[in-house]
Amino acid sequence: MGFLLAIVTALFFPGIILRVKSIASGRKGPGILQPWKNILLLLRKGSVFSTTTSFIFRMAPAIYLSTVICALMLLPFPGMPSYFGFDGDFVLFAYLLALGKFLFILGALDTGSSFEGMGANREALYSMLVEPAFFILFGTLALLTGHTSMQQIFESFQFTGHNSFIIGFIAVYLLVQIAMIENSRMPVDDPKTHLELTMIHEVMILDHSGFDLALVQIGTALKFAMYGLLIANFLVPVDAGQILVNGEKWLMTGEKGMMNHSGAGWMMVLQVGVYFLVQVVFAALIGLMESFRARKKLIRNPQFIVTLSSIALVAFILVLLITFKMIG
Amino acid sequence: MKDNRYIELFSNPGKVLLDDIPVLNYDDFAAFLDSLMGEEGTHCVAYFVVPLPDKYKFICCMAADENHAILLCSHEQPLDPALSLQALTARHFQFHVFEREIHENFGIGFHGHPWLKPIRFPFDRADQSKGMNDYPFYSIDGDELHEVGVGPIHAGIIEPGHFRFICHGELVLHLEIHLGYQHRGVERLFVERPGTLKQSVLAESIAGDTAVGHALAYAGLIDSLAGYDVPEQLAAERIIALELERIAMHIGDTAALCTDIAYQFGQVVNEALRTVIINTTQLWCGNRFGKGLIRHGGTNYPLTDDISSQVLKNLDDVQARYLQVTDRIFSLPSVLGRFEGTGKVTTMQASLIGAVGMAAKSSGMYRDIRWSHPFSAYAGQLYEPVMLEKGDVWSRAMLRKLEVEKSMAVIRELIREFTIDDLRFTIEGAPQLKIENRKSKMVSKPAYDPPLAPSSLAISMVEGWRGEICHVAMTDSAGHIIHYKAKDPSFHNWMALALAVRNQEISDFPLCNKSFNLSYCGNDL
Repeated sequence: MGFLLAIVTALFFPGIILRVKSIASGRKGPGILQPWKNILLLLRKGSVFSTTTSFIFRMAPAIYLSTVICALMLLPFPGMPSYFGFDGDFVLFAYLLALGKFLFILGALDTGSSFEGMGANREALYSMLVEPAFFILFGTLALLTGHTSMQQIFESFQFTGHNSFIIGFIAVYLLVQIAMIENSRMPVDDPKTHLELTMIHEVMILDHSGFDLALVQIGTALKFAMYGLLIANFLVPVDAGQILVNGEKWLMTGEKGMMNHSGAGWMMVLQVGVYFLVQVVFAALIGLMESFRARKKLIRNPQFIVTLSSIALVAFILVLLITFKMIG
Repeated sequence: MKDNRYIELFSNPGKVLLDDIPVLNYDDFAAFLDSLMGEEGTHCVAYFVVPLPDKYKFICCMAADENHAILLCSHEQPLDPALSLQALTARHFQFHVFEREIHENFGIGFHGHPWLKPIRFPFDRADQSKGMNDYPFYSIDGDELHEVGVGPIHAGIIEPGHFRFICHGELVLHLEIHLGYQHRGVERLFVERPGTLKQSVLAESIAGDTAVGHALAYAGLIDSLAGYDVPEQLAAERIIALELERIAMHIGDTAALCTDIAYQFGQVVNEALRTVIINTTQLWCGNRFGKGLIRHGGTNYPLTDDISSQVLKNLDDVQARYLQVTDRIFSLPSVLGRFEGTGKVTTMQASLIGAVGMAAKSSGMYRDIRWSHPFSAYAGQLYEPVMLEKGDVWSRAMLRKLEVEKSMAVIRELIREFTIDDLRFTIEGAPQLKIENRKSKMVSKPAYDPPLAPSSLAISMVEGWRGEICHVAMTDSAGHIIHYKAKDPSFHNWMALALAVRNQEISDFPLCNKSFNLSYCGNDL
């Protein structure tokens, strides 16, 4: 379910970002599906390979895309299981993405271009720095909920009190920032620059062309949808009972039992609705963030990324305090 | 006692008989330059060789900013292929680029010159055995160092030029700038293709972004050689065109700086504003870059009242919006984080390399031709240049903002002066009570191919938006141009860029480059 929805979202996500940026700059902007029209165009084309590259370069885009798809299959949708959920699956999730990135970096180094070497170097550094933030965040959630599979974590993590609101807010903030870094977006990287020397991710795909380039772009679109799904997992309610408890006033009037009885299909519609709302807001947020601020100086990026880990650490300590209190 | 080692010109453009330029022997010449360079604000604007049938004639034009004068002197050397002179660069670094050019074109050696690197690789260079593609780049050995070569083909709409970085990780230790890919033989064409209309068009094409600046320098030369007395009205119109070009380029550069730091809002607003300005120029002369607007001896596009009122209207509109958006840009922390302290050129460095124009003014040097050698409508009024001291990207961006405001004030003042001028004419008892369409009466159409003063040298300097443009022409006894030198400010300032990126991150290079926005073709000629 989550997998299918993420794929649907991926169709619109890059288009929404583009459109928001266009509107913010006073232009009309291309249609929402334009990025995918470009991808379809690329899929019909052949690839050109530099003579200095080896099989690694040719392998990289396919593996990159497949790791993203596998990682996506690990993600649950609220109230529904993922394809392969198991205890500790978030570790696999993170390292599947890392594997894709690793091959991608190798592919970039394989071209022997000094630009791509620099880009690969920067990408490796930032991925390395952002990793602790991701793990501390999931460690925190595991500690809070007592589960280690993503599905169970999200099922038992609910906005049921002030504490969870704080943790939830921090988690969503961190995931948005991690998504921006992992997808090489604005404060850290500039996806639309033409200046090779300042690029991080873009410079690594300079040598990919045609079909391979399309695979990379599909991977990028999916990755966005994937982080959107991850964030949605926090925000989309799991069942109607939870909504009642949380005081959605327009539902309060109904009987709990009645709601459960008549609302299973209803609930699904609501969940999917909230899910899409979250994704659209996420995409629009990225578009706006990229319109009204300048990119960071490259040398300040590591500092910024490490800050995310410390924020995650704050959440971790907070949860430690909370749980101790509960025990005490 | 009058110093007879040089001849002084107090007008810009200025003209002098060739025989009046004192010829010194090389030692006296060097000693004279030593004495000049000791003074504040004296810099070399042109130093070139004219190959005569029996000798090389070296002519040096120095600008003395404080005295508002141009000093000319020369020395002569035999046509000896093994000729080698003591390099002036060893004592005055700003000569490095002139001596490199002379070395490249005539094979004249300069001992004591640190690096006779070719400036461009023209097909008519002296040493034909070396080409552009087998040029040995400067290199540093080291296990931890790596070289990054960028160009000559770049992404986007950047002109061709090669940059070779020697980096330690992300840090740039050295940048070598390698140009010449656009060498078209401009100076030669001036000599070989007579006809001042052709030459006017050629001057406009020296650097596409400074069409008005170079055309104005050329027009000044021909007006001076032909003895044409430029009417005040025409002088004012030329300056209005020049300042419009400056405004358009500065606003365009502000947009480009925003692009490079990925600040989309600043980019799109400034791009839209630049369009308003270049469309104003188009309304005036039919070309957005002012091509065809500046001609010697008159104009094809007089500034009518309709156009000048439209200019004023557009300026008001652009100024209000430009000030708003620059306020935003210069107060946004993420922008300041990129601009401040990036790509610093110290006053010392700028003065050593003889930086001109914006590169000099943003590094604490008071160097502006509009002030030091006022030309056209600037003659007779004191223009106060804008100066900033930090020498970083922020200064160069801020300088643009301040100059835009200043140029707008200049245009308004000039347009206003005309209407008041009309009034004065009637009050002071001129025969006409009201001058209908005064402009077309005062300013004639350009008359091409005027007879030029024989055996003369004329020099014309213009402060283009980038800085000092200098054109020099020499005529023979029949009044034909036999030698032409055109110099774009980029000729000096590329060195400033190479210095600015030292010990900076390599990822800041594009931003530094854009903050100077130097001309590749202006250097390559």
